[in-house]
Amino acid sequence: MSILINKKTKVIVQGITGRDGSFHAEQMKKYGTNVVGGVTPGKGGTKVASIPVFNSVKEAVDKTKANTSVIYVPPAFAVDAVYEAADAGISLIVCITEGVPANDMLKAYDYLKAKGVRLVGPNCPGIISPDQSKVGIMPGTIVKKGPVGVVSRSGTLTYEAIWALTCAGLGQTTCIGIGGDQIIGTNFIDVLGMFEADSTTKAVVMIGEIGGTDEEEAAKFVKKNMTKPVVGFIAGRTAPPGKRMGHAGAIISGGSGTAAEKIKALEAVGIPIAASPTEIPALIKDKLASVRKKGKAKPKMKKKTAVKKTRTARKTSGKRTAVSSKTKKGKKAPKAGTTRKRAGAKKRK
Amino acid sequence: MKIHEYQAKELFAGAGIPVPKGDVAETVADAVSIAENMGRPVMVKAQVHVGGRGKAGGVKYAENVEAARVWAQKILGMDIKGLTVKKILVTEAVDIVSESYVGIIIDRATKCPVIMVSAAGGIDIEEVAAKTPEKIHKLAVDPTAGLKAYQARDLAAELYRDIKLVRQAANIIMRLYDVYWKVDASLVEINPLITTPDGKVLAIDAKINIDDNGLFRQKDVAAMRDLDAEDPSEVEAREGDLSFVKLNGNIGCIVNGAGLAMATMDLVKHYGGEPANFLDIGGSSNPQKVLTAMRIILRDTNVRSILINIFGGITRCDDVANGIVMAYEELKPEVPIVVRLTGTNEQQARKILKKVNLQSADTLDNVVKKAIKIAEIDESAVGRL
Repeated sequence: MSILINKKTKVIVQGITGRDGSFHAEQMKKYGTNVVGGVTPGKGGTKVASIPVFNSVKEAVDKTKANTSVIYVPPAFAVDAVYEAADAGISLIVCITEGVPANDMLKAYDYLKAKGVRLVGPNCPGIISPDQSKVGIMPGTIVKKGPVGVVSRSGTLTYEAIWALTCAGLGQTTCIGIGGDQIIGTNFIDVLGMFEADSTTKAVVMIGEIGGTDEEEAAKFVKKNMTKPVVGFIAGRTAPPGKRMGHAGAIISGGSGTAAEKIKALEAVGIPIAASPTEIPALIKDKLASVRKKGKAKPKMKKKTAVKKTRTARKTSGKRTAVSSKTKKGKKAPKAGTTRKRAGAKKRK
Repeated sequence: MKIHEYQAKELFAGAGIPVPKGDVAETVADAVSIAENMGRPVMVKAQVHVGGRGKAGGVKYAENVEAARVWAQKILGMDIKGLTVKKILVTEAVDIVSESYVGIIIDRATKCPVIMVSAAGGIDIEEVAAKTPEKIHKLAVDPTAGLKAYQARDLAAELYRDIKLVRQAANIIMRLYDVYWKVDASLVEINPLITTPDGKVLAIDAKINIDDNGLFRQKDVAAMRDLDAEDPSEVEAREGDLSFVKLNGNIGCIVNGAGLAMATMDLVKHYGGEPANFLDIGGSSNPQKVLTAMRIILRDTNVRSILINIFGGITRCDDVANGIVMAYEELKPEVPIVVRLTGTNEQQARKILKKVNLQSADTLDNVVKKAIKIAEIDESAVGRL
C-alpha cells in the first residue's frame, strides 16, 4: 500500500516538451509510472519518449482517463496549468515548478479546495511510492519499498533522508516533498493524517526547516491524532537571523520560526529530532522497536481506545469536547501520558 | 525584494494613500535644496533596507534649512546595522496626535493576506505584539472575494472613534490592499499611520516587500531595486540565479536546494567547522551556475576549503560536474575542493570529474568532515607562515 499514488495512478505530464518535462517524463516512465500522456499547447499529435502529446489537459483526460497530473511548465504559466488540470477533472496535481507567485497561489488554493482537488507543491520534488509509481523528480534509485512514510518541505534534503533510510535497510511506503514555498497545496498535517490512515505505514519521518509555524502545527496534530511514531529533522539551526519579513513577520507567526522553536515544539510531543539526516534511521528503528514492545504488552485494546478518542474529538465540539478534556484529567488519560513519558525516557538511555 | 521608503511612498501616493511631501537626496546639497523648497521644518530619514532606523539615529527632525544641512551631513554615510546610508529622504514634518499601525502580510497558515491594525503603532510595535497581542487586530481576507468596504471600516474602527478619521483610515486600508495585489507584495506596512491636529490621517512611513517570484511581471517595481544597498556578492549571485548569504567561517559551501544547503551548514557546525556561506545553486542548474558560484566563493579570502554537495533530482549531476570542470579551467582555484555528487546522472558525472584532480566523498557526513579537516590543516599552515 501507499498514499496518494500507486500502480493504478494514471499520470499526464504538463509541459512534457520542455527540457525538464521531457527528461523527467522519460525517467518516470522508466521507473514504471503509468505515464499515459503529455500536454503542450500546439504540440498535440507528437510524441515524447513514445508518450502521446495532447494540446490540452481536457483532451488528454478524455483520451487517456488520467487522474493525476505533474506540472513542469515555467513559473509564469504554472498557475494557469494548475487551474487547467483542475477544470479538466484531474484529482491530484503535483506542481514541480519553482518560482510561482505566492499571491496567485492564495487564489488557486481556495479554488482547488472548493473543487476537492489535491495539489502537492508548488516548488516540490513530487511523490514516489517505491516499486509502484513516481510522480515528480525524485531519483528512483534511492528509494526502497518498506514501512516508513516520509514527508518533507525540502527537495534534495528529502533525498538525503530517504537515502539514509534505504542504506539502513528501512524502506518506504511513500515519500512526499510538499514544497518549500510559503503557500503550498498540501501541508504536513494533511500528509501525516494520510500516513496515519495507511495500514502499511508503520512510522513517519518529517523533515522541516526554518520559517513559518507548520512544524508547530504538525506537533499539535501528532499529539492529538497520531498513534504511529514520528521522527523529525529540522534544517537551518545555524541559519543567520534577519531574513524575516519586517514587523509583520514576527507578529503573524507569533514567534520567529527558528529551528530551536520548532525542535522544542516537536520534542515536547515525543518526536525525536535527528542532528544529521544520517541519524534518522536509528531513531526510526528505536521507535519501531518500542512500538513492538508496547504492542506485545497490551495487545489491541489500547489502539482501539485511541481511535475512539480521536473520532469523538473530531465529530463533536462544545460540550462533549469539554467532557473529554475532563476525562483526560481523570483516571484514564494520565496512564497514557505516563507510558509516553516512560517510552521517551527509555529512548534517551 | 525590498524597496526603500521613498519608493514605497511613491507607490502609495500613486494609489491615493496620503503621504507627506518629500524627495530623495544622495548629497547634502540636494537635501538642502529640497528643504529650502519645502520652506518649513522637515524630517531627514536614512534610506536603508533595515528596520529600527529611528532608534539607530537615522531619522531626525530639522527645524530649518541649516538643521537639515547638519543632519544630512551626519546621516549620509552613517552605518546602520552594517549598511551604509547612501540616500536620504527629506520630507515635510507633520504634527502628530496619534500613531497607529497598519500592515498586510501573506499568511501561510490561513492562506490569505492578513490585515493587521493596532492603535498602539510606532517604533515599539513588535513589543506591543509580543507583550499585549490583544492590541493587534487581525483579519484574514478571502483572496478571491477581496477586501470589502465594511471590513476596512471595522478595522479602522479599531483605531479611531471619530467617524471622520474612521472613514479616512478605511479608505487608506482599502487602497493599501490594492497596492498589495498590484505590486505582488508579500508585505505592505504603514508604521505609523498618524492623525494630525487638523483631523487628517496620513502615512508617514511606508514599507513594501515584493515577492521575488512576482518580479517577472513587475517591470516597474523590479526597476526600483537599489543595487547599491545590497551586498555585491549577493547581487552577483542573484544575477547568476543563485541564492547566497555570506557568513564568517572558512568552509565555502556549494549545495543544491535550500533545505540541503542549510542542513549542510548545520552539519559543518555540528562537526566543529564554520561555514563561510549559504549557497544554493537551485534546481535545473546549468554548468554556468557552478562557475558563478565558485567565482563568488573564491573571492572570499577566508575560505580554506570548498565543499560541493549535490544530490541530483531535477539537477543533473553531469551538469554540475561540467560546471566544476569549467570552473577549474577558468579560475584555477588554489583552495582544495571536496565533492560529493549523488543522484540523477551520477555515473556520467563521475566520468566527467576524472578530468580534474579533486577529492571526493561518498556521504554527506564524510564530505563535511573532509572539508573541515582540510580547512584545519590549511589554517594551521597559514598560522605557521
